[in-house]
Amino acid sequence: MNQIELNNITKRYPGCIANQAVELKVDAGEIHALLGENGAGKSTLMKIIYGVVKPDEGTMRWQGEEITVKGPAHARKLGIGMVFQHFSLFETLTVAENIALSLPKEEAASLDLLKQRIIEVSEHYGMKLDPNRYVHTLSIGEQQRVEIVRCLLQDVKLLILDEPTSVLTPQEVETLFKTLHLLSDEGCSILFISHKLDEVRALCDHATILKAGQVSGHCIPKETTTEELARLMVGDDTPLTEDYKKAEGAETYLSIVDLSHQSDDPFACSLKNISLEVKAGEILGIAGVAGNGQEELLNLISGEDTSAKQSVLFANKAVGNLTPEKRRILGLGFVPEERLGRGAVPDMSLQDNALLTGYQGDLTKNGLINTNKVKAFAQNIMDKFNVKAAGIHAQAKSLSGGNLQKYIIGREILQNPKLLVCSHPTWGVDIGAAILIRHELIKLRDAGCAVLVVSEDIDELYSISDRICAICNGELSPVADTRDVSINQLGMWMAGDFHAKTTHSENNTEVDNSSTAKGAMKPC
Amino acid sequence: MLNITLEKRPSDSKVMSYLSPVFAILLTLISGGLLFTTLGQDPFHALYTFFISPLTDVYGWTELGVKVAPLTLCAMGLMLCFKARIWNIGAEGQFILGGLGGGYIALELMDAEGFWVLPLVLFFGALSGLLWGALTALLKTRFGANEILTTIMLNYIALNWLLYGVHGPLKDPDGFNFPESALFSDFATLPVLSDDYRLNISIFFALFAVAVIWALMSKTLLGFQIAVLGEDKSAARFAGFKEERLIWFVLLACGALAGLAGVSEVTGSVGQLNPYISPGYGYAAIIVVFLGRMHPVGIVFASMLLALTYMGGEMAQMDLGLPKSLTGLFQGMLLFYLLACDLLISYRIVRKPAARTISSSSNPAQA
Amino acid sequence: MDFELFTNILFATLRTGTPLILIALGEMVCEKSGVLNLGQEGMVLMGAALGFIAAVVTGHAGLGIIAAILAGMMMSVLFAFLSVTLVSNQVATGLALTIFGTGLSGFLGAGYVGMAIDGIAPFPIPFLSDIPVIGKVLFSHDPLVYFSWFMFALIFWCFRSTRLGLTIRAVGENPEAANAIGIPVMKVRYGAIMFGGAMAGLAGAYLSLVYTPMWSEGMSAGRGWIALALVVFASWKAERILLGAYLFGAASIMHLVLQGLGFEASPNLLAMLPYGATIIVLVIIASDAAKAKLSTPLALGRPYRPQV
Repeated sequence: MNQIELNNITKRYPGCIANQAVELKVDAGEIHALLGENGAGKSTLMKIIYGVVKPDEGTMRWQGEEITVKGPAHARKLGIGMVFQHFSLFETLTVAENIALSLPKEEAASLDLLKQRIIEVSEHYGMKLDPNRYVHTLSIGEQQRVEIVRCLLQDVKLLILDEPTSVLTPQEVETLFKTLHLLSDEGCSILFISHKLDEVRALCDHATILKAGQVSGHCIPKETTTEELARLMVGDDTPLTEDYKKAEGAETYLSIVDLSHQSDDPFACSLKNISLEVKAGEILGIAGVAGNGQEELLNLISGEDTSAKQSVLFANKAVGNLTPEKRRILGLGFVPEERLGRGAVPDMSLQDNALLTGYQGDLTKNGLINTNKVKAFAQNIMDKFNVKAAGIHAQAKSLSGGNLQKYIIGREILQNPKLLVCSHPTWGVDIGAAILIRHELIKLRDAGCAVLVVSEDIDELYSISDRICAICNGELSPVADTRDVSINQLGMWMAGDFHAKTTHSENNTEVDNSSTAKGAMKPC
Repeated sequence: MLNITLEKRPSDSKVMSYLSPVFAILLTLISGGLLFTTLGQDPFHALYTFFISPLTDVYGWTELGVKVAPLTLCAMGLMLCFKARIWNIGAEGQFILGGLGGGYIALELMDAEGFWVLPLVLFFGALSGLLWGALTALLKTRFGANEILTTIMLNYIALNWLLYGVHGPLKDPDGFNFPESALFSDFATLPVLSDDYRLNISIFFALFAVAVIWALMSKTLLGFQIAVLGEDKSAARFAGFKEERLIWFVLLACGALAGLAGVSEVTGSVGQLNPYISPGYGYAAIIVVFLGRMHPVGIVFASMLLALTYMGGEMAQMDLGLPKSLTGLFQGMLLFYLLACDLLISYRIVRKPAARTISSSSNPAQA
Repeated sequence: MDFELFTNILFATLRTGTPLILIALGEMVCEKSGVLNLGQEGMVLMGAALGFIAAVVTGHAGLGIIAAILAGMMMSVLFAFLSVTLVSNQVATGLALTIFGTGLSGFLGAGYVGMAIDGIAPFPIPFLSDIPVIGKVLFSHDPLVYFSWFMFALIFWCFRSTRLGLTIRAVGENPEAANAIGIPVMKVRYGAIMFGGAMAGLAGAYLSLVYTPMWSEGMSAGRGWIALALVVFASWKAERILLGAYLFGAASIMHLVLQGLGFEASPNLLAMLPYGATIIVLVIIASDAAKAKLSTPLALGRPYRPQV
């Protein structure tokens, strides 16, 4: 008898079929992977199991009996725990208060007893937590622990984790896997959602692969090659490897000199003495888990925040005190992390959004808008970057993530920037769009543009960056040629250990415990 | 429960954004009819009295124009603010200050003669409104104070300032101690379009404002910046639009327009300063902006409808003996229904899928 | 200034502050759940009008109070339906509620203008009210003043130590997360909004049945708006609302103070004081941006509807 069994699950949304006739079976104590690219339907399926979303068709069996999960509280009562990709935590409340809210009233009656339980359970599983801390003071890794401990306190029989490792350093991933193994040995089933093949092969017993809402295969990961797994995820038409030549930059374009920045925002991270150079004709990648100062750094480069004049230079010209439009005139192009609601105005048309950053060229004259030129520009972006939409009058929010991202990147690239800064360029984007975007970035680099990419996707950074570094706690690691930096080394940089040396070659994932920074990163 | 639910549309329905005000008006009429019935009135006669009878002669239409002018001027100013998501509730206070400031100058120039008097008075009125708007802009940009609350406070302060004026320093010494100023001289009075009617040239101010602001919003970069600021502050920052300058611009413009409306009112149909120079035009203009879909043409039509509610209230009081607050009641209902119907722009009503029978016999052929 | 006048001023301050406390506490709970209800004036006036009408018609002021509370709740349900169920723009909806409530109350109360009733008598607490000074200032009030203190204590305790308070805060900070862990977000918001409506209605009843037992159009004179500013001033903390309300109450009765000090001033200029004071308070609070960010309910004013 399986712990949980899904049969013929189907869920439709206006405009797409998120899940179609999906079958899934997990045994007690089994670690089962759900693999698929962005948009394949994994999150929706998990929400169905957890009762947040109701399926249109299909059945679910729990420990042999057919059930309907009425909602998260019911799921928790059954013993199903879920750790979301975007944490469902309340930042202005403490750890204990957060956990209390998801427990039934009777169990949360005494806050002191609960705090005791939190300390015991979190230590047992190697995920130490202080129940009195406010969640907004915790690092991302620590916040994930809260989510996990929350599930553990409820006698969990099935633990679902939705893309848990995208916000962790390689060392933190190790810790997480240890915890999961401990749980599975105790009889708890684990459903591990991911698109990272190496991790799945290292951790999971079985895997179900989803492609475009349907099951494209089942397998035992340890007995399947990475190529076979990838084929099941993306189909036969998409190229599996993108091989990009590494390049050497020419003269320096972007210079950041000893930049420090203190923010008034209590949720933000302060920057400490950052120095950085990006050369024309190269791609520099900055790795790092969210919340370590990337956003603040990018704001200072784009001009949305200003700093000392000489701390930011474009081709030796001091721009630190200039606002965005002045930096754009000098050749800056910027693709922010948020595409809807910053990079593009959701309710405005693609045509209007073209004007959002293109207004300094010949699209306007003496303050008047040349509507025909704007239309032509917008259409040009759509054509050159293969953007699928109802037309240039379509609202930005009606586009899929991948198409909107292509449009935004296209808008910047077609303005011939001298420096292009991209934040998480392929986050949440389907595989086809992701490949096109990376391809265009390489093309831009080869044409002589200086490119800076900030991302949490380490594989992507290794694929396209010529030089790489990491940011942690508002400080920048050393910068080196990508070919000379192992994943391990990068992981240590991401954890803030800038002086550690690795003695192994590139693909070694073993960690020398005595030299790594123990535990999660401290908050800023 | 009803077997229907709401489903989000993939993108906003343009058709519904035009139909929504129509539905809202219909619902208001129906509710109004029901209300009249419960009051023992014949609903059709009452609705006719309220909405149709004011417009049965040319005089009625000119009277409509008398009210449309200040409403449109205020609404065009508010449109700029609301497009930028600056919730300026202070058009009422800016209107009053305009009347007070311009009126003060008119009283000072009581004995002056010449064609320069009126333009000067109008200028001071607009300036007074502009300064009142500037105060709000300062409080918001320099001190971060929420404009909804500050503008409402300023409305009350403006009203009390007017009351202070007409009860005290500006009171007409020959006026039998009524709280009102002397009547303005002919040189400080807006010329009427015809001697038979009260309609004056302020209607041209209003139409001119409509044309200019329409062009501004649709054809200029400034208008685009205002729209983006309102839609998405992050995007405006990202694009490098200067948020503070835009806030100042819309508040100053609105203050000036509302001030102009105020001074036009006191130098036009009212002819003096008294406590009642605004029957709530500043607040009604807010409804005009929403009903008119924040679009110049819509605003003109909505102004006409709201102006009609004022006249209808007066008619209902005279002919049917109903309280004048009927006007406010209808105005409030209109806005409520509009907001409810606006839902249909982003959502559609669908039938709930039939209760999912989680059957134990799943068809193996579908797997 | 003589001692008796001083005592009277303090006494009057407490009375004047009471409606503000009631409205502000109600709106604070509403805003903590993430909903901004600008319709206070409308709800207060409806409470005042219907409370007065019920008292006149039935002859019992107590029934007037009940009618007022119900009136406030009805109006708030209207607001809740639009802003929570139909996810409308909360600012516009609140304004609509104010305009509608003002109009409807004027309409319904038209036939009752100028009538006088007995109102609710003060209830001096035995023994305590005989204490010199404090007895008069604190223990000789009408029941609603004591009730306002009780509500303050109740709400303070609720948000300090109860699961309900925690739940409301969670909904106001992150409705998506609250929904994901199974909290019925819409129900919580409806409850908070209706509580706010009940309190506003009650405040209206206080105005027309206790403070000045009569009805006239627009008699709330902006108190609803001042209460909204009060919630911001108090950084959404109950104890600060009490303090702020009494400060504003004092500002409203400045003419008494000045009389006592022997000054003459135009009533219209003095009438500006509470509104001016509100602006100053808003400026002071807003200038500490970091602190403001931490105390504002994060999801305040943002329309939310769970996606099934």
